[in-house]
Amino acid sequence: MSVDKATVAKIASLARIKVSDAELEAIAPELNQILAWVEQLGEVDVTGIEPMTAVIPNTLRLRDDVVDADPLTGGGRGDAVLANAPAAEHGFFGVPKVIE
Amino acid sequence: MTDLTELTVAAIRTGVASGDFTAREVAEGFNANVAGAQNALNAFIVTTPDKALAAADAVDADRAAGKVLGKLAGVPIGMKDLFATHGVQTTAASHILEGFKPQYESTVSQKLWDAGAGMLGKLNLDQFAMGSSNETSYFGNVISPWRRNDGGNAALAPGGSSGGSSAAIAARLCPAATGTDTGGSIRQPAAFTGISGIKPTYGRCSRWGIVAFASSLDQAGPMARDVRDCAIMLEAMAGFDPKDATSLDLPVPAWEAGLSADLAGKTVGIPREYRMDGIDADVARSWEDGIAWLKDAGAQVVDISLPHTKYALPCYYIIAPAEASSNLARYDGVRYGLRDLPDGAGLQDMYAATRAAGFGAEVKRRILIGTYVLSAGFYDAYYTQAQKVRTLISHDFKNAFTECDVILAPTAPTAAFALGEKSGDPLEMYLNDVFSVPASLAGLPAMSVPAGLNREGLPLGLQIIGRPFDEQGVLNAGLAIEQRAGFVAKPDIWWK
Repeated sequence: MSVDKATVAKIASLARIKVSDAELEAIAPELNQILAWVEQLGEVDVTGIEPMTAVIPNTLRLRDDVVDADPLTGGGRGDAVLANAPAAEHGFFGVPKVIE
Repeated sequence: MTDLTELTVAAIRTGVASGDFTAREVAEGFNANVAGAQNALNAFIVTTPDKALAAADAVDADRAAGKVLGKLAGVPIGMKDLFATHGVQTTAASHILEGFKPQYESTVSQKLWDAGAGMLGKLNLDQFAMGSSNETSYFGNVISPWRRNDGGNAALAPGGSSGGSSAAIAARLCPAATGTDTGGSIRQPAAFTGISGIKPTYGRCSRWGIVAFASSLDQAGPMARDVRDCAIMLEAMAGFDPKDATSLDLPVPAWEAGLSADLAGKTVGIPREYRMDGIDADVARSWEDGIAWLKDAGAQVVDISLPHTKYALPCYYIIAPAEASSNLARYDGVRYGLRDLPDGAGLQDMYAATRAAGFGAEVKRRILIGTYVLSAGFYDAYYTQAQKVRTLISHDFKNAFTECDVILAPTAPTAAFALGEKSGDPLEMYLNDVFSVPASLAGLPAMSVPAGLNREGLPLGLQIIGRPFDEQGVLNAGLAIEQRAGFVAKPDIWWK
């Protein structure tokens, strides 16, 4: 499978990365080279093989069902959460208007 | 007086504890080396000399008060700038995180400070740990302290992604550093710079507070000058953390106390698929040396087969970008980091402009590949197929470990290359990880130790891969090689 400029533009849009027309020209052949190379995986017989889900067997744990079980990741830390925001206003993240 | 910056972690710890010198003297020595090399090597993104001194003073005060000292008391270290450090800029070497000051400390770095270590600074790396030469950092290339013996003084790659860590240790800017390894990012830079580094079993070190690249592969580990120092560091870094869903709930073994270079009764496997056509002659020779050294240490050596080896790299370059495209979706210009808001732009335009301005070319390339292989219609052909091949690669290792205890292989296909030599061709750069990626896909502990110099006077590394949870076996085989390789070479100090 190979990708053309229009496909790369579609992928970039899905990935929310603005890409200029000139960049599309450069990226498309690079992606094609990489995709052509990874396609050799198609020749591997994977009949009856399960896809890997956990590389080292582990059990998924549930944390204790209590408020602020871990104070670092619990609530009540609004200032810390907003400390690195490019635009924090009135205790919220500021963003451009999203409804007309 | 001894140059304290020539001492290993073990020697610093012992010297501080016995009062031969103070932790402050050690920190001052390394602070001076860091400052003296920053312009030439660019190993650090930010330096934190005051943090190193403060930690040292606390250790000296504890010792004066007769308190019990930690495992790393008085040892100043470098912290890869992928670990969140409270109040200290953490960038993953990206523009999009420039100026980001975490409000919390990563689990691994906190454990190191709790053990008495101090921070010399945040080490440079490939942007979001994506690269094998440290050429994708937004903050400039790291220059290896090593040079070829041809008198040409070409600037060489320190390896990647933990290139700041490897360069800093080789140049004696720190006795040890943290690294992270997704497809070889601890082992390959260690090999390129003549130092040691171990990636433990997936889940040994908490990923909490480490900037995520590919979560099913990312694993932290130590880099240092020798095997013992790696064991000391790893003991401090590892351990169960409820904040990481994939953290292993196992006790941390006493790896340092368990070190033994006697390999009697052990079997070492030599994977025949790693003997690739056109293998570098010096690399092949150092592999032969390694086999002889392990036999000398009492081990039996057998040929083994890892039949899916050739598919490991393409498998990795589907899975890692897929996970990266998902993980890096969080950088949107809303909650932290860079925001690029063109005039009159809406929310979607802001996302796209911010990510275009904030990510480097290699990061964008991997996000795009990842987005493509996960997109509707292609998911099964690429991603599901890669995850099935990953299962087969893991089975290969499981089968091999019925015949051997550890596997010996080169760490990288060549010694360090020059900056710019491979950066024009992404695929050629990816091929540098051919020997390190398979163990990552299988989540296995693996380490690189220096084996000798090639004909250009550059270090070569040997890689030992072990069974899940058998870091001890890996470290012990590493120690057996270290004792026989007698590697004492170090770069000339040309940067002062």
